[in-house]
Amino acid sequence: MSLDKSAVAHIAALARIKVPESDLEPLARELSNILGWIEQLNEVDTTGVEPMTSVVRMELARRPDVVTDGNCRDKILANAPEVAQGFFAVPKVVE
Amino acid sequence: MADALAGLAKGAFSARELTEAHIRAVEAARPLNAFITETPERALEMAAASDERWRKGEAGAMEGLPIAIKDLFCTEGVLTTAGSHILDGFKPPYESTVTANLWRAGAVMLGKTNMDEFAMGSSNMTSYYGGVENPWRRKGDNRPLVPGGSSGGSAAAVAARIALGATGTDTGGSIRQPAAFCGIVGLKPTYGRCSRWGIVAFASSLDQAGPMTRTVRDAAIMLGAMAGHDPKDSTSVNRPVPDYTAALTGDVRGLRIGIPKEYRVDGMPAEIEALWARGIDWLKAAGAETVEISLPHTKYALPTYYIIAPAEASSNLARYDGVRYGLRVPGESLDEMYEETRAAGFGAEVKRRVLIGTYVLSAGYYDAYYLKAQRIRSLILRDFTDAFERVDVILTPSTPSAAFPTGEKMDDPVAMYLNDVFTVPVNLAGLPGISVPAGLSEEGLPLGLQVIGRAFDEETVLKVGEVLETAAAFTARPER
Repeated sequence: MSLDKSAVAHIAALARIKVPESDLEPLARELSNILGWIEQLNEVDTTGVEPMTSVVRMELARRPDVVTDGNCRDKILANAPEVAQGFFAVPKVVE
Repeated sequence: MADALAGLAKGAFSARELTEAHIRAVEAARPLNAFITETPERALEMAAASDERWRKGEAGAMEGLPIAIKDLFCTEGVLTTAGSHILDGFKPPYESTVTANLWRAGAVMLGKTNMDEFAMGSSNMTSYYGGVENPWRRKGDNRPLVPGGSSGGSAAAVAARIALGATGTDTGGSIRQPAAFCGIVGLKPTYGRCSRWGIVAFASSLDQAGPMTRTVRDAAIMLGAMAGHDPKDSTSVNRPVPDYTAALTGDVRGLRIGIPKEYRVDGMPAEIEALWARGIDWLKAAGAETVEISLPHTKYALPTYYIIAPAEASSNLARYDGVRYGLRVPGESLDEMYEETRAAGFGAEVKRRVLIGTYVLSAGYYDAYYLKAQRIRSLILRDFTDAFERVDVILTPSTPSAAFPTGEKMDDPVAMYLNDVFTVPVNLAGLPGISVPAGLSEEGLPLGLQVIGRAFDEETVLKVGEVLETAAAFTARPER
């Protein structure tokens, strides 16, 4: 599978990473190279093999449905680049 | 560590003296760039508390031992960067479970070590804070060498003897490969043995924390302090932590050691072959039996890993959006702010993996890539499960080469990925593996042997590791 410039631009948009136009071509080559190397997996017959969901077989632990943490707004906001009135602040999303 | 504990117990020196000596050593070794953040004041406070506990007879299993922490572990109030620009200024308001366990055992924090960005790399060259220098040099060649990665700063710090031990994390070999490159011991425990809570996530189904130390005994001491069940990590396993040092009996008589034929990869240097053969001879001489085994899907482990790890990373790294912590690059709209922040904050290798991960998970490709990889992962685990019906542990080289010069393999991602050819299958199968320094290359650089065990059988892995360590009598020291 090889990727072209427009495919890379689409993936970059999905991943929310700005990629300058001039980088699309080299990135397409690099990613195609990696994907080409991954293609060898098609040699493996996986008919009837279940996809792995957990490497260590275990029951998911349960716990009582109670609040064990909280009331630490200021701690949570302490690392934010921008805070307003006790909230995370972002550029305007609603006109 | 074992010797330092004995010295502290006898009162030959205090935790404060031991810590002061290490703080000076850390300062003197700054050219290695092993640390991103040094925490001398905190170290001295912790050492004073340790001396107090020694006086009261309340000493923990690592009381007063100065260690280094990979900068992937959240440490309360101390800058935690994951080697990335995007976590600029991030001071976690909480402590990771593994580090909290270590402090409870009495360990003293010297600082946070350098690493490949988000643990993605095998050379430490992808760190935003610059590469780390391996304390070793080739004979007659003054070029700086990489320490391996991603736990490169931790490995260099232990090898340069500026920390008694260090934490690492291992997603595809990030403890064992740098341990091998720097001539130290590195243990990746079974998935679930150490809590992942508070460790910056790379690939959650593969990540596991472990000790990096000078000796196998030290690894046993440190793993005992790090491990344990944690309700905050749903994949952490609720089973007792044994006394790992008790497993170090030196007795491997009758143990069956598997030698996987698929690990004789094309183009493997003769000296790696020779090292492996020596390891086999040592274990035979100690009374173990070797058995040729087959792990038929070995060659597919790396490409499988390079679907699963980037897929999980692309999801885990979605949280770095410039809203809640770290770097923010302003934009006209919210989306533009996300895109600019992530473009500026992530390095080239991280972007590459996030893009690959996004692609293999995207609509129309999920089955062909991600599900296919998870099926092959089942086959790789089955290979190991079948092998462990016949053998108790598996012996392999840790890496296909010794440390290489800084800057090499940087323009070919696939060549860089091949560093982890012997370590990645172990992560995919969730098994414990240790790298033990076993000899020097012709160029005078350390080489490691890897012992792989059954899930939650760290004890046998450590026991065999110690027998190899004793037989190898690896006493060489780096010059720097």
